[in-house]
Amino acid sequence: MHELGITQNIVAIVNEYAKGAKVNRIVVEIGQLSAIMPDAVQFCFDICTQGTVLAGATLEIIAIPGLAQCRQCGAKIALDKPFGICDCGSVHLDLITGEELKIKEIEIEEICV
Amino acid sequence: MCVTCGCSDDAQTIITNLETGDMAQNHNHHTHTLPDGTVITHAHGHAHHQDVSQIHAKIHNTTISLEQDILAKNNLLAAQNRGWFKGRNILAVNLMSSPGAGKTTLLTRTINDLKQQLSISVIEGDQETMNDAQKIRETGCAVVQINTGTGCHLDASMIEKGLQQLNPPLNSVVMIENVGNLVCPALFDLGEQAKVVILSVTEGEDKPIKYPHMFRNTEIMILTKIDLLPYLQFDVDRCIAYAQQVNPHIQIFQVSATTGTGLDNWYKWLTEKNNL
Repeated sequence: MHELGITQNIVAIVNEYAKGAKVNRIVVEIGQLSAIMPDAVQFCFDICTQGTVLAGATLEIIAIPGLAQCRQCGAKIALDKPFGICDCGSVHLDLITGEELKIKEIEIEEICV
Repeated sequence: MCVTCGCSDDAQTIITNLETGDMAQNHNHHTHTLPDGTVITHAHGHAHHQDVSQIHAKIHNTTISLEQDILAKNNLLAAQNRGWFKGRNILAVNLMSSPGAGKTTLLTRTINDLKQQLSISVIEGDQETMNDAQKIRETGCAVVQINTGTGCHLDASMIEKGLQQLNPPLNSVVMIENVGNLVCPALFDLGEQAKVVILSVTEGEDKPIKYPHMFRNTEIMILTKIDLLPYLQFDVDRCIAYAQQVNPHIQIFQVSATTGTGLDNWYKWLTEKNNL
């Protein structure tokens, strides 16, 4: 259940950036090959945000599909697991996308204007 | 609070663009006009107000673009650990497996067999108990136990603290025995030079494709308890093919820590790696 620790990290990072301002919305990118379950992060989010400036905020998770490039023939292959076999028979694949784990943006209530 | 724009300058928000390394925190007021004619006077340079940037536009919609890596803090600490090891010429090896695969047995045997050649100390990770640390201690080697409580893996910060306690000698080997778990430990860089996954033949040959993250990023797979093969239906060739499918560069050693079979290859790798 590493998602609990991951969610605590998300809350800590956003908390740091918000500097006391109320946070309304957080957009997180999670790659589909990253071994992080978006549902588990959602589940942990409400608990982890209690008593913080993130309490009540919406968590949006963008799932980034897996894409790899074959080292042998250069073909690009969609992946739903972090390994695979290219049509040319090679298993030497470089992952291009799908391993993301990022806070994309946050929306805060208090602004300058 | 800033009297012109009302933003809280005492909060000292600093936003760093991780792509360019640019940081902003100055508080110089300026005025500009939005496309709809709205004139805004505000403090410039509270990080989120960067000239000619997407962040600048977005802040007016109250959105801050972060692009912050959620594991960045762990990765930074891991890099520090790696530097710490390198500066002391210490080889750190992260041993991972499911519970009961035989990490501790392999480790105690390794320590006993290599005592004369290598100086080995151990960071032992478990959710609870000191059992494994005590077994390691019986070999005479220095050991620090990290109990993670509910935590399912070790992270770089735990290793940093563990190292302060362990204080391993220069030119030595630190074995990090991770929490028994084939999922979570794969995600956390500890600053080790090599990851080793241990798979026992009692677990089923399809573990590499069932837990690909674990097997994908490891340099070595030790297939252990091979003395039990006569009593099991475990297809070694298939297991190796699965592991190589997930990780074409993986090196595989077949060993029995009980009988000693195959341990020479593992010891040779460890000794050579230590001399690099």
